[in-house]
Amino acid sequence: MTDSSDSRSRSINASIGWALLACALVCFAGYAALFIAPEERTMKEIQRIFYFHLPSWITSFSAFFVAFVANVAFIATRKPKWDWLGVAGAEVGVTGCTIGLITGPIWAHPVWGVWWTWDARLTTTFVLWLLYITYLVLRGLLEDPERRATLSAIFGIFAFLDVPLVYMSNRLWRTQHPQPVILGGQGSGLNPTMGKVLVICIFAIYGVMMIVLWQRYALERLRHEYEELRFEAESRASDAASIGKGNR
Amino acid sequence: MSTAHAARILLGKELRLEFRTRELLTTTVIFVLVVVVLFSYAFDPTSTESRRYGPGLLWIAFLFAGSLMLNPSFAREQSNDTLDALRMAPVSSFAILLGKMLANFIYMAIAEIILVPVFGILYNISLSGVVGRLILVLALGTLGLVVTGTVFSAVSAHARMRELLLPLLLLPILAPLLIAAVEATSSLLADPPELDVTWVAFLAGFDTVFLTASWLLCDYLVEE
Repeated sequence: MTDSSDSRSRSINASIGWALLACALVCFAGYAALFIAPEERTMKEIQRIFYFHLPSWITSFSAFFVAFVANVAFIATRKPKWDWLGVAGAEVGVTGCTIGLITGPIWAHPVWGVWWTWDARLTTTFVLWLLYITYLVLRGLLEDPERRATLSAIFGIFAFLDVPLVYMSNRLWRTQHPQPVILGGQGSGLNPTMGKVLVICIFAIYGVMMIVLWQRYALERLRHEYEELRFEAESRASDAASIGKGNR
Repeated sequence: MSTAHAARILLGKELRLEFRTRELLTTTVIFVLVVVVLFSYAFDPTSTESRRYGPGLLWIAFLFAGSLMLNPSFAREQSNDTLDALRMAPVSSFAILLGKMLANFIYMAIAEIILVPVFGILYNISLSGVVGRLILVLALGTLGLVVTGTVFSAVSAHARMRELLLPLLLLPILAPLLIAAVEATSSLLADPPELDVTWVAFLAGFDTVFLTASWLLCDYLVEE
């Protein structure tokens, strides 16, 4: 009892420590993006949204990848922990995706002149966002925990397989989003200060997302424990009731 | 019993069940006709506009019809727990899935054979020169729709609000299929008609990816 409560309070302390660290990093990243990074020549101040736009995409896609790996692992091993990781990854991914879908148009409107355009990357991300929202809706509509885990993992795998197909089909169709600026071949490249600020921002957002992912995973584990205890309590209560009836 | 043989027997069972009432086929055909009529009210297209938007309309109507029609595929096994009986039979779970996929493919194909000529007449689009190539595009597109749709009907059968859930699961996944099928069909209605092979290859790839995934995952899909 004391052992487990000790380790639990230690893990709570550790998570508070990590959260404070991430918080400090986010504050610094915000400052760096607004004041340290130089102003972009053509886009001016609005370009600074890039320091949060790109990191949220990167974390979002990583989280979806985590969800996909967890889905495959659940099908392979049938261990509930992979189901917890799957839902945590999907929720964190949807959050990052939502941030990207909101910051994108804010940036695009002054620069491209339109809020939204149906180009390959934008459309793919939008479909990806829809697919993982559907994954979460599906989980909400399946009652039996084991069945929920299996069927949502199958849907998650199908959804992830669909992503390259969505991208290819849109790519063949049309495209407007800028080619990758970093590591993007000729004429690409960032000002060195911009690059450093970007790296800080990526670390900050990544850190926040990892902490949220971990917390969400822990929450799902607790929910699982709670469901099991409740099921046990209910079956004991019904046993007791039937014994009581027999005596009478 | 080999999977092919078992699937053939199960296909026979599915078809017998459907052709006693023909309820799925009737509702699907009428549904698509309603969409086609509503489209002409909403956009009042000229003949050139029909050529431009017709393939998109046709495929959207098929996708919507499919997402409604595929729902009973697994759901109707539930009222008498007949899926348990299928599971107990000495057949692989892929045979169960394949039997249903083939049956759904046949229903969709029959509906399309009725509806495509009607569509051509109503919107004044001549299809006579491209029948063979059009059948190829329709077959590949329908196969992708039916494969994913049958799998997801097994997923949604256990959920609450399953009639609403299936279109929600199915339609975003089918976004690339819609683009490819519409582009391929458009290339056939262009003047002169020339089949865009890229999109046909893409449709074939889509079908292969999801058919393989269903084959790999079918044991978990049909399990208790």
